[in-house]
This record gives sequence, C-alpha cells and structure tokens, in this order.
Amino acid sequence: MDIDLITNVFYAMVRTGTPLLIVALGELVCEKSGVLNLGQEGMMLMGAVIGFIVTLTTGSLALGFIMSIVAGIVMSMMFAGIALGLNANQVATGLALTIFGTGLSAFIGAAYVGVPITGLEPINIPVLSEIPIIGKMLFGQDLIVYLSFVLFGLVYWFFKSSRLGLVVKAVGENPHAANVIGLPVMRTRYLAVAFGGAMAGLAGGYLSLAYTPLWAENMSAGRGWIALALVVFATWRAERVILGAYLFGLASILNLVAQGLGYPVSPNLLAMMPYAATVLVLVMISSNVMKSKMYTPMWLGKPFHPHS
Amino acid sequence: MFLKLQPRGEASKRMSYLSPLLAGILTLVTGGIFFIFLGHDPFHALGVFLISPVSDLYGFAELCVKAAPIMLCAVGLALAFKAQVWNIGAEGQLLMGGLLASAVALQLIEAEGFWVLPVVLLSGALGGALWGLLAAWLRNRFNANEILTTIMFNYIALYLLLYFVHGALKDPDGYGFPESAVFSDSATLPILLEDTRLHIGILFAMFAVVASWVFISRSFVGFQIQVLGLDSNAAKLSGFKHKRLVLLVMLISGALAGIAGAGEVTGPIGQLIPSISPGYGYAAIIVAFLGRLHPVGIFFASLLMALIYMGGELAQIELNMPLAVTSLFQGMLLFYLLACDVLINFKIKLNKSQVAGAEQNTVGNA
Amino acid sequence: MNGQTVESSDTHYRLQLKGITKQYPGCLANDKVNLEITPGEIHALLGENGAGKSTLMKMIYGVTKPDGGEIYWEGEQVTIKDPSSARHMGIGMVFQHFSLFETLTVTENIALALGDDAGDLEELTKRIVEVSKKYGMELHPDRHIHSLSVGERQRVEIVRCLVQDIKLLILDEPTSVLTPQEVETLFVTLRQLAADGCSILFISHKLNEVRDLCHSATILRGGKVTGDCIPAEAGATKMAQLMVGDDTPISTDYAKSAGGEVFLSVKDLSMLSDDPFGATLKRINFEVKQGEILGIAGVAGNGQEELLAALSGEHILDKAETVNFADTAVGLLDPRKRRELGLGFVPEERLGRGAVPEMSLKDNTLLTGFLQGLVSFGLINQAKTEQFADKIIADYKVKTPNRNAAAQSLSGGNLQKFIIGREILQNPKLLVAAHPTWGVDIGAATAIHKALIELRDQGAAILVISEDIDELFLISDRLCAICDGELSPSKATTETSIEEVGRWMTGVFDSPQDAA
Repeated sequence: MDIDLITNVFYAMVRTGTPLLIVALGELVCEKSGVLNLGQEGMMLMGAVIGFIVTLTTGSLALGFIMSIVAGIVMSMMFAGIALGLNANQVATGLALTIFGTGLSAFIGAAYVGVPITGLEPINIPVLSEIPIIGKMLFGQDLIVYLSFVLFGLVYWFFKSSRLGLVVKAVGENPHAANVIGLPVMRTRYLAVAFGGAMAGLAGGYLSLAYTPLWAENMSAGRGWIALALVVFATWRAERVILGAYLFGLASILNLVAQGLGYPVSPNLLAMMPYAATVLVLVMISSNVMKSKMYTPMWLGKPFHPHS
Repeated sequence: MFLKLQPRGEASKRMSYLSPLLAGILTLVTGGIFFIFLGHDPFHALGVFLISPVSDLYGFAELCVKAAPIMLCAVGLALAFKAQVWNIGAEGQLLMGGLLASAVALQLIEAEGFWVLPVVLLSGALGGALWGLLAAWLRNRFNANEILTTIMFNYIALYLLLYFVHGALKDPDGYGFPESAVFSDSATLPILLEDTRLHIGILFAMFAVVASWVFISRSFVGFQIQVLGLDSNAAKLSGFKHKRLVLLVMLISGALAGIAGAGEVTGPIGQLIPSISPGYGYAAIIVAFLGRLHPVGIFFASLLMALIYMGGELAQIELNMPLAVTSLFQGMLLFYLLACDVLINFKIKLNKSQVAGAEQNTVGNA
Repeated sequence: MNGQTVESSDTHYRLQLKGITKQYPGCLANDKVNLEITPGEIHALLGENGAGKSTLMKMIYGVTKPDGGEIYWEGEQVTIKDPSSARHMGIGMVFQHFSLFETLTVTENIALALGDDAGDLEELTKRIVEVSKKYGMELHPDRHIHSLSVGERQRVEIVRCLVQDIKLLILDEPTSVLTPQEVETLFVTLRQLAADGCSILFISHKLNEVRDLCHSATILRGGKVTGDCIPAEAGATKMAQLMVGDDTPISTDYAKSAGGEVFLSVKDLSMLSDDPFGATLKRINFEVKQGEILGIAGVAGNGQEELLAALSGEHILDKAETVNFADTAVGLLDPRKRRELGLGFVPEERLGRGAVPEMSLKDNTLLTGFLQGLVSFGLINQAKTEQFADKIIADYKVKTPNRNAAAQSLSGGNLQKFIIGREILQNPKLLVAAHPTWGVDIGAATAIHKALIELRDQGAAILVISEDIDELFLISDRLCAICDGELSPSKATTETSIEEVGRWMTGVFDSPQDAA
C-alpha cells in the first residue's frame, strides 16, 4: 500500500463515517433521555430530500442544510407527539416514522432523481492538511465534517459536565423519580427527541448535498439503522460513538480499498460489509449481559405518563 | 396542553377494534386532502386508488395474489410480536425463501412430478426459517437486539440475492440479463382461476390464518407465547422456556415469510429476478399491527394492504403519481393507528374543566 | 412562585388543609380532608394501605393537584403548582420509593433536586457534609447511589431536604425500610429537627412508632379523616379502630409449631446476582421443616431477591445439592420441575410476575396451575381451567366481577388473595412467599396470614421473607435475618426478641452460624 492510498482511505473513512457520527450523536442524546426512536432512517431521508430540493431551487447550500435540519425536527415531532404525547409504543412508532419517511421522501423526491447539483466542497486548511496520512483526514474535509467534530465535543461535554446533561440522564434512568422531584420529564424528552431529529436531518442533508450530491430514493441505505446499532456498540458513551462511526466508515469503503489493491471482489458482496459488520459488532458488544445492563439507560423505550 | 389523557384503568376492548377503523378513515381524509393539494379531484383520485383496482374479477384475483405473501408474513410476524420478539426481518426472510426456492427449482428444472413443487416450497420455508433462526440464535446466545439484526439481515439478504442473480443463478442463455431461467411447470404454483394470476398461494395464506388462530388461542404453547410477551418475569417464574419460545416464533415467522417468497418466484414471477418483493415484508409489519396481531384482523388488513399496492400502481398510470404513494399511505395508516390506539388505554378529556365523575368499573386502590 | 394570595386564615399554623379532595379513576383517594400543623410539631398521618395518605402528601408537595379544597401555608392560601414551588416554600419530602438516581453520585442527586439553587457543586458538597454531620447522618457525597444501603439512601433523601431552608419535612412510611436500630437513630434526628422549629409530617401505619414520636395525629380511612388525637394519650385500640373501622379484627395470635421432617435444605449457597447492582449471597445455610414457617427478616436489597431466585429456579445454580427438597437435589432444575416436586411460590411483585396484569384471572390461573391437569395433549382444557379459577375466587373470597376480569383491575389485597389461593390450592409441599402482605389492607393481610397458618397445619413447609418484622413475629415459628448476602442463625420466635432480630438485620450475628 502506498502512502497516497492510505491517506485517501483515512480521508474517506472519516467522510463516510460523518453521517453515521451525526445521526448516532443525536440518537445518543435521545436514548439517554429514555426514548428509543427507531425512525432515524425516515428522518434522514426526509432531511436528504428536503435539503436537496431547497438547494436546487434556491441555489443556497446553507439554506439547504438548514431546511434539512428543520425537516428532521418536524419528523421527530411527529414521533414525539405520538410516542410521548399519546403514550404509544416507541418501537412501533419509530418503525412507522421510518416507513412514512421513506414513502414521503420517495414521493416528493420522485421528480428530482438523478438531477445533478454542485455539492459542498472540501476546505483544505493550509499547512495542516499537508501532513501525511492524517492531514487530509482531519484538515482537508468539508464544513459539515468539521461541524461534526464540534458536535461530538459538545455532546461529550454535555454529558460529562453540564447540569442539563445530568437532567437528561436522570430522566432516562427513572422518570417517575424525576417527576416527583420536579424535573421537567416531558419537556426534556421532547427536546432530546428534537435534537435527535435535527441531527438525523443534518446527516441526511450531508448525504444529498455533500457526500453524493444528488437525490436517490432510499439513499441513506440503512445508515439510520446502523447508527442505532452504533449507540449500542458505544454503550451510550460519546467517545465510543465517534470511534464506532469511523470504524463503520472504514467497513463501508472496503470496496475502495479492494479496488486500490486490485482485488476483484463482487460489488454485491462488498456492499454487504457494513451490515455484516453491524451484526458482528452487536454480537460482540451485547454478549456481556451484565455490562450492557449497566450502561443502558434504565427506562429506555418504556412509556411514561405523569398522572395529572 | 388542551387535551388531557386520563387512564382508563383497564384496556377498552371496543376501542381496540374501533381504532383501526378510525385510523382508516383518517388516512382516507388525509389522502383526500393530499390529492386536492396535488390538484386532483379527491373523490376521483381515491376512487382510482381504492375502488378501480377491484372493479372486475381480474382485479380481485390480483388483490388475492398480492394479499397472499403479505398475509403469510404478517401471520408470522404477529406471532413474534405477541412474544415481544421484534422481527422486522420478514422482508429478508422472504428474500431468502425466494432465493433458496429458486436455487432448488433451477436444480430441478428438468425434473417432473408432483413432488417437485412441494420440495421447492419447502426449501423456501427452510430458507426463511434459517434466516429467522439465525437472528433468534444471536438474541438467545449473544443477547443481540433482534430489531437491529433482522434489519441488517434484510440488507444482507438483498445483496445475497443480487449476488446470486448476477452470478451462479443467472440464466446462461439470458443475454447477460440478471435473471434466472424460467422455472419448469412442475415447479410453478397451479392457477386457481383461469385467465388470472390467482394461484394457490392464497390458500396457504388462509390456512396459516386459521392454524395460527387455533395455535394462539387454544394451545398451551400459544398461551406461553402470550405470557412471554406480556410479562417475561411471570413466564420465567412459571418455568416457560424463554429461549425455546423465541426460537419457535422466529422459526414459524421465518418459515411463513420463506413460503411467501417461494410463492412469489414460483407463482406470479416464475423465475428469480433482482426484485421479487415490493416491500411485502415491511408492509406485513403494518398489517400485523392493523390486524391487532389477531389472525382474523390480519386477514382483512392484508386485503387492504394489497389494495393499497394496486391503488399505487394504478395511480401511477392514471394519475401520473410516483409509485411511492403506496408507502406514503402505508406509513400514514400506521401512524394514525398508533395515534388512535391511545384511546384503548386512555380517555381524552378537555383539560381540567370538570372533575371526573366516579366510575364503577374498577375496584381501585389508591 | 408561591401562587396567588387570596385570603388569610389562622396564622399560627404552618400548614392547614381544608376540604382537600382528589378523584382517581375508579376511586376517591381523598374526600374533604382537613389537617393542621404548627411549627415544631411532629404530626402523624396514620392510616392503613390504600387510605389515601400518599396521595395527600403528593398534593402538599405539588406532585399532583387536588380536585377540590384549599391549602394554607403560614396563613396564606396557596396553589402549589409543582415540587419546585413546594421546595421554594420550604417543604421537603422523603418518598417511600426513593426518588434517587442509581447511576449518579450523592451530590449529583441532590443538585438535581435543587435545580438552579444548587449553585457550585463544590460548595454544595461542603454543605452536604456539614448538614449530615449536624444531624448525625453520615454521608459520602461522591459515592454512587447504587453502592449505598437502603438506610443510607434514605439519609440522602433527608439531607437533600435539609441542605436548604426547611419548614416542613414530609416522610412517607420512612421506617418500613429500616432496621429497628436505624429507626431509633432516625427518631433522634427528627426530634432534633422539630426542636429547631421544623414541622414534621410523619406518615405511617405503625401505631407504636407514632406513639413514640409524634405530638399529634390525624387518622385516615378510605380517603376520609376518621379522627384526630394525641397519640400519647389515646389508647392503641382506639387509634387502631379509627384506622381500620370497628368491624375488622385487629389482632390475632397464632399457635406456634415445632415442625416435623426437614423439607427444604439449603447448603452453602453462594452466588452472584444477575443484576449489576444486586447483592452477592455468601455461604447461606438453612432448613425449613414440614409444618413450620421460617421467617427471614431483613432490609430490602440485602440478597432477598437473589435468594428467592435461587429457590424458585429462576436462577439455576452451579451445583444440584445446594438446594434440596426432601431428598431430591434441585439446584439444577428449572422452575417448572421444581413445581412438579411440590414448590409453590408467591413473588413480591404481584402484577408483573405473580400475575400477568393484562390477562384475565382465568388465564392467570393457568399461569402456574398448568400442572393440575389443565392442559391435555398440548391444548388448554378451558372447562377445567374455569373451574379451578372459580374455586380460587370462591375459597379465598377474591372480590371480582368474575373470572374474566383482568388481574390489573383488582385491588392489591384481592389480587394477593388470588395468587396465594392459586398456589395453596395446588397443595404445595413447600411454599415460598415474599413480602406476602405489603401494600394490602388489614382485612386481606389477616386472611392471608390465616391461609398460611392453615397450610402449615396441613404439613407444608413455608418460608416467608418479609421486611415487616411485626408480621414475621406474628406468623413465623422460627426466625432469622439476612444482611449483605449473609444469613443470621435462626431461633424459635418465642426465644428471640425484636432487638435481637434487629441486630441480625444489621449484620451483627452474636453466635457463629449453625445449620438451623
């Protein structure tokens, strides 16, 4: 392997891992508050299609990303209204959100399939991006990748040392206790779900505006689900989410590596890799029952209804 | 908050039957508004969507052709969901059933005799069952969340199918198209109604409905499955074999989805092609919920779901709409259903205006 | 913050409730309740389970809102809209089911409840140490809650109230989770607080405690106030009758029994918990004879759940001989096989273990009764199941519309009678009952005690694990206690005392453990 290939693999690993990282950070906050939103895939797709259409019609990438985020939040509030407001089963509601988002995004995006746009360009930070191997990976990326570094730092700090982070953890561990000592359980959960939606929307926008600047039906290709597995893999800790996201990024670009090294492997088998890796990782991380019990937010996925 | 949820204390049976109807009506109304928004006459559009598809016998036969795989998958899923085993993988199990059935059918392409079809169908069941059991085993042995594993298996199954249809199972005389050879007559499902595609798959589906009804309501194993789903601690204390029950429901639901897949390749399609299912396995999830996890409910919900598939196709032709209108309606239906289900356990009250009158139905304890 | 001031009332009361009413679906939890407390007064709110005490407290603390009535705070009418307004007024509450977060530290827990008033965490830590020293409740602010004992957790809850200016402290059944010695310490603290001018509202259903501690008492029955009294002056009988009504027998004595052959023997049982925050059992040895009731006392979380799981078969052990039914080693057998050998089991959780909440009584009969010929060739025998369900309902006087009522629609006492009946009617040779009467009314508790004694007299071996030391003294023939996963020696009930069992509960075992 020559050094250029390694540099490019590292660069692509981070770039591919970025949407996963963003969605997973959002879902991490959401799950810490005790809410399991399986609708990541649907929210991502809506973020992708809305961002794409907005950018195409207005020519503004910034506006496109903003509307991606808004789309994600709107979708997440549909989930919250039913799963939290009406106390429905979170698993079923999350599935509904994914099915609905997949359908709606395909419907409104049907006319835009295959239309090209100019996507977000990388910004090379002078000097730093010239560092061999890691330079391009860390300093030759586009704005959203840099933003994802910041988001990671924020989420990490949020749970490590902020009071609000403490409230989110408390609400996810025992909403009844939180309620009787006067913490705003429902408001916290709505906000956590909205943050998850915003992140999923942003990640979707990243796919259609930066990663592969075009819109295609179902273009998130299971990334929302992989992100859910990532959170499990990370045992609900931000520092492991970022590690996992890049590992999956690596698994997804194995075809690039294989091509670079000149191995002819069937593209269909290579396309399986991220999904197979997800299963493998789930198996490895979950088999320690005691450990997963310890880290899982205790009230995750269970409904809560304050009497009154 | 203007509305206030007041717990009923006990689930309302009546509401659990009314909720799907209410959800259906709300979906219709929203759909109508949606069509107006797109510049269509809502009544005409809904007519195209929901009535024209079944306006003749052929349409009705097509309805059954589409309902059969959905029903098979949904009956199995309902069983798994009852046990709180979240099998989201009917799609993958269906694909694996179709793949294995195709592989066997292609091996037996020269063979003749009544035994060929059962062998092909059973291999389909086997393919689906193994795919389901794999997820069950990972859950039992490694505690791996079955929602995520079954979803991943859906993607893996799809790429496996693509791999084979582009490779080992491709028709050598097919000019390079990613399709298998057409199966022999012996490996094709008999047609029930002439000049239609209605095949005996619908009979399998109806048999599954009846059998699962008896199984869940009359057998002790069925009772154990329900207890496991409602209260796993009680199941454990009573000595019900948790892991075996998980294996069992995944075996059954996988096998049924596998038969559905086998039925598609040996029925309306007649060969292995890259896309053998327009998301039947996902639609079956909605059907299972819409049918209240009850076999009879699933029977009707499957017909409705098949109708939405046909309506989507027709809307594409006649109203020039994207085919995605089908999944849009599916998603909407499930959303409304979950929202309406709140009425099963809660009463909706205007906030705080009046003190509730005493109720007589519960022997309560503060 | 304190709501609106409308009119004034007697100003020498710190808190005055007038005609408080609260309606829940299917039950009137509070019916025109009146109550007054002066500064420095320790006031008891007395009543049996389900009398509406907790509901009333939650309204004072702003967790729920009354449907009718008025609350006056230091003479002014107030609306307490949420717990944080209650806190700002100077009201603190110690909950029966602690409102603590296991994965957070003591300081973090206290900071959460104080909200924006918590200020700097280091300052808060200092204040916690200071307050806990002043009132003799030692605490380590940096420890995680899951590593604390129940008594320590209660201290966290109390200190949480004391780190701010407190005028009224509410304690909901605070002694039910403590050892007798811990109760004494708690009372010292409470008296000191009252002497400093803090009002204390002490919720309890235990008469002797109320007489020891409280200056005055309000008694609640079925959501209504049935009387006010000075506990030191009123007789116990009078208070008891106000609490349970005239027609309920208050105390019964049961003859003790020596028992016959050993049926259950546990030998050198050591095991790790399935729960990451659970207790580890350490070399537990004991026996239960036919025709005797062995009672195991102890504060929750000291290994009871683990011991129960080891006996029921929910936790399969490493060695068969660790648990034996008569001559059969059962340590490796699953719950079903143990049932076949004569085990009956009444778990602590009635809904969600003992009975499936959403299922009918008929289906809940089948839940453990399936070995009584209710299943043939894999199919459920509906008629026999219905018969069995009807027999349980009739024999144990379960109040229910019919056998098709969902388990969750029954009151705690009725459901517990059903579960006990279901187990006893299967003629168990060994019955294990965990906390058989927690949260049930006195009538049901008496019925359950009688049923257990009857089963004992028919020759069954019975093991009762309970936190209620009075109950254990009432029905057990022999007693021991569990603490931190270790079991004390056992003694005949007639030869021991509350003080001795109390010492055992704190882990002080006077004599080396001998196989009882």
